[in-house]
Amino acid sequence: MIFRPARFLAAAALFAPLLAFGQKNGCIDCHSQLDGDLKAPVAAFEADIHREFGLSCRDCHGGNPDTDDIALAKDKSFKGAPAKAKIPLFCGGCHADPAAMRTYNPALRTDQLSQYETSRHGKLLKAGDTKVAVCTDCHGVHGILSARMPKSTTFPWNIPQTCGRCHADKGLMEGYRIPTDQLDEYMASVHAKALFEKKDLSAPVCNDCHGNHGAFPPAVSSVASVCRQCHAAAGELFGKSLHKKAFDDMGVGECDACHGNHKILPPSTAMIGTADGAVCIQCHDEGSRGFKMAADLRRTLDGFTSGYSEVEGLLSLARRKGVEVGDAEFSLQDVHTTLVSAENLTHGLDEAEIAKTVAEGEKALLGVRTAALGAVKEGRFRRQGLAVTTAILALFAVALALKVRRMGRTRRDEAGPGVPGPPSS
Amino acid sequence: MKRRSAIDLFLGGSLIATVAAFLYPVVRYLLPPKRPIISQDTVVAAKTGELAPNSAKVFRFGTAPGILVNTPDGKLVALSAVCTHLTCTVRFEAETETLYCPCHNGRFDLGGNVLSGPPPRPLETFAVAVSGPDIVVSRRR
Amino acid sequence: MAQGVGRTIWEFLDERFLITELLGFAKKKTVPEHGRSFWYFFGGICLFLTGLQVATGGLLLLYYTPQVDAAHESIQFIMGGVKFGWLIRSVHSWTANILIAMLFVHMFSTFFLKAYRKPRELTWVTGFLLLVLFMAFGFSGYLLPWNELSYFATRVGTDIAGSLPLIGPWLKTVILGGPEVGQATLSRFYWFHVALLPVVALAIVAIHVLLVQTLGMSKPIGERGKREIPFFPDFIYKDALGWTLILVLVGVLCVFLPWEVGTKADPLASTPIGIKPEWYFTFMFSTLKIIPAHILSLEGEKLAILGFMVGGLLWLLVPFLDRRAGRGQRSPLFTWVGLALAAYIVVMTVLTYTVPKL
Repeated sequence: MIFRPARFLAAAALFAPLLAFGQKNGCIDCHSQLDGDLKAPVAAFEADIHREFGLSCRDCHGGNPDTDDIALAKDKSFKGAPAKAKIPLFCGGCHADPAAMRTYNPALRTDQLSQYETSRHGKLLKAGDTKVAVCTDCHGVHGILSARMPKSTTFPWNIPQTCGRCHADKGLMEGYRIPTDQLDEYMASVHAKALFEKKDLSAPVCNDCHGNHGAFPPAVSSVASVCRQCHAAAGELFGKSLHKKAFDDMGVGECDACHGNHKILPPSTAMIGTADGAVCIQCHDEGSRGFKMAADLRRTLDGFTSGYSEVEGLLSLARRKGVEVGDAEFSLQDVHTTLVSAENLTHGLDEAEIAKTVAEGEKALLGVRTAALGAVKEGRFRRQGLAVTTAILALFAVALALKVRRMGRTRRDEAGPGVPGPPSS
Repeated sequence: MKRRSAIDLFLGGSLIATVAAFLYPVVRYLLPPKRPIISQDTVVAAKTGELAPNSAKVFRFGTAPGILVNTPDGKLVALSAVCTHLTCTVRFEAETETLYCPCHNGRFDLGGNVLSGPPPRPLETFAVAVSGPDIVVSRRR
Repeated sequence: MAQGVGRTIWEFLDERFLITELLGFAKKKTVPEHGRSFWYFFGGICLFLTGLQVATGGLLLLYYTPQVDAAHESIQFIMGGVKFGWLIRSVHSWTANILIAMLFVHMFSTFFLKAYRKPRELTWVTGFLLLVLFMAFGFSGYLLPWNELSYFATRVGTDIAGSLPLIGPWLKTVILGGPEVGQATLSRFYWFHVALLPVVALAIVAIHVLLVQTLGMSKPIGERGKREIPFFPDFIYKDALGWTLILVLVGVLCVFLPWEVGTKADPLASTPIGIKPEWYFTFMFSTLKIIPAHILSLEGEKLAILGFMVGGLLWLLVPFLDRRAGRGQRSPLFTWVGLALAAYIVVMTVLTYTVPKL
C-alpha cells in the first residue's frame, strides 16, 4: 500500500470538524447519565444561546471536562452552582465586562449588572433578601434564549407572565406590602389587547414602564414621560393645559390620574362629564367651574358622536339595501379622524380649540350625511321603482292572460282557424 | 267585438308601459355619469409648482390617503400616508424632513422606513412621474 | 297619403324580405296542446333570457375595463357611479344564473319527453352544445370582476384542466395565456366572453330556433290528443306571460339582492377556505373531490374527468343511441338513465353546499 499524503490530508481536513464535534465532554457524559436536577441542564443547554457562541459548561462553572474522573474534573477552577445571592456577579463576570463581551457580541450592552444594582431587586438583594429576582429568575438558567426569540421568557408577549410569576404570587409578595393584581389588571388593559390580539409587539409590557434590569416603580413625575413615548400628542396637549400645573401642585401623576396604571382601558367620552364613571368629578365638585366645563365638554362631544353614529347607521342601512356607499364611507373615515382628534384635544382643555375642531367635523359630517341620505333614498327609490315596474308587468301579465283566455274561447266558438292578425293599425 | 278591442287596448297600453319601464333605466345608464371613472392605481396628486421645496401634500389615492413630498433639493417622493401601526394619517415634518404619525409618535424617513416608534412595517412607496402640468402618482408593480 | 307611403314601404320590404311568405308560414304553424305542453315554455324562456344577456352584457361593455388593475374598480363604478348600473349588472348576473338553471330544466324536460327522437336529433345536439357554451360563458364571465372568489375559482378550475393526461399542462397554459392567472388570462377570458362565445353561441341559437320552427314541437310518445293552438299569436302570448313572470322575479332579486362586487383579487393572498366554482359546476367539482385517489391503479381524478367527457359525448349522442324512441316506442331504460343523472346532479350540488368539508 502506497502512502499518499495528499489523500491523507484531505481526509483529515474532512473529518477534523467531526472529531472536534465528537470531542468528549466529561461534564455532559456524566450528567446525562444522572437523574433529575443533575441531568436537566444537559438537555436544556441544547437550545441555549451561549451554546450557539461555542460556550460550554466550564466557561461558567469551571472544572476540567477532559477527564472521566469526578474528583479530577472538579479541580481548583471548579465553581459549581453559585448561591442565588452570587448569581448577578456570576453572570456579570462576562456580561459586565466589555472586553469579554466584545469577543462574542460587541453590540450587546454591558450595563445590566450596574443597572441591576440600582433596581429595587438589586438593592434588596444587597440588603440580604434572597427572595428577589436575579438574572436567572427572568432569563432562565440553562436554556437561555435571545430576547428576540418568541419562546424566550423575555420576549414581549411572555414578559407579563415572567414578571407575574412572582408579582402575582400573594404568598411571595406578602412581606413587601405591594399589590398582586397587576398582572390581572394588565391583561384587561388596551395594551394587552394590542399585544395579544393584534400581535402588536410595540404595545408596552411591564418593562416598558418599569425598566428591566433597573426595574423600579416609576415615580409620579416620570409616569407621564413614559406614556409620552407613544402618546406624544396627548402629552403635549396636557403639558399646555391648566391641569399640568394643578396636578404638579397636588403631586398627582399626569396620565394615570384619569387613565389608571396597569388596567388602562380604551378611552371613551364616558370618562368626561359629570355622570357616574366620569373621571372629572374625582376632583371637581358640583357648582364649581370645572364641573360646569366637564358637562359642557361632554355635551359638545356627545353632539358630534351622536351625529356620527346617526350617519354610520344611515350608511349601514343603505348598504343593507344593496346601495354601494364606498365613497361616503371613505369620507366618513375622515370625519372619524376629526372625531378622534377632538377627543384627544380634551387633554388640552382648550374649549375654543375643541369647539373649532368639532365644528369642522360636523361640517364634514353634514356632507357625508347628505350622501348617506341620498343612498338611503336611492334604496327606497329602487324599491318604489320595483313596485311600479312590477305593477306594470302585472298589468301586462293580466292583459296577456285575458287575451289568451279570450282567444281560446274564440277558437272553440269558431272551431276554425280565424286567426286574428297582429294588433293592427 | 267591443270586448276584444278593449282587451287589445289594454294589452297594447301595458306593453308600451312595460317597454317604457325598461327603456328608462337603459337611457339613464347610457347618459354619461357625473363623475368620471377613477382608476385606483394612478392618480394626479398635485400640479407641478404647487408644492414648495420641503413641503408636502396629502392626496386621495383610491380609498386611502397618500402623501406627496417635495424634498428640500426638489425631489418628489410619494408614499402611503397610512401609518402601519394603527392607520392614522402621517404628516410631513419639515424641520426633521421625516414623516411623523401624531397618534403614537411613529416616525418614518422619506423612503418609508421606520425610524422610531411603534409602526411594525415601512410605509408603501409610490412611483412619481411628472406629466405636463400634473404630478402623477402610481402604485409600483 | 300617409297610408300610401306606408304601403309603398311595406311592399318594398316585403319584396326583399319575403315577409308575406314568412307570415304565411307563421300563420300555419301550430303547437300541440296536451297535459305536458307546459314544458314547451322553457325553450322560450331560455331564448328570452339569452336576449336579456346580450342586451345587458352589451351595456356593461360601456363601463367595464378588462385590466387587472382596473376591472374590479370599474365594476364598483358600475355598481355605484353609473345611474342604474347596479340594475344592469345585477340583471346580467342574476339572469345568467337563472338561464343556466332553465337550460337544465329545458334539457331534462326534452329528454324525458323524448323530444330528441327523429327527426329532431340535431335540435338536441345543438341544444346540448348550447348548454356547454353557456357554462363556458359562466366560467369566463365569473373572472371578469376580478374579485377574490372568482380569481381563486378560476385557479382551481384551470388546475383541473391542467391535470388532464397528456394535453393538460399545455391546455392550462393556453387557457390562462401563461403559467398563472394574470392580465393575459383576464384578456383571454374577456375576448372569449364578449367576442368568441357570443358569435358561436348566437349562430347555434339561430340553428336551434330555426330547427324548432321548421320541425315544430315534438309530441310526447303515446300522446293521442289532437288539439293544437296556433303558434302565432296564441303560443307567443303564452310565452310572453312566462317571460313577464320571470322578469318580475329578476326585478325582485336585483333590488333586494344586488349582485356583490366582492373584495379585489390579491394574487399574493392565501386561498380562502371553502373556495367553490359557480353552483352549476359543483356537481363535477365535488365528484372530483370525493372520488378515491386511486381506482385500479388509475388516478381517480383523471378517471373522473375522462368519465365526464365520455358521459358528455354519450349524452350528446342520445338521439342516435335511443333506437326505440326513434321508432316511436317507449324507452324506459333511457328514462331511468336520465332520472339517475338528474338525481346525481341534484344530490351532488346539494351536498356541496350542505356538507362543508366535502
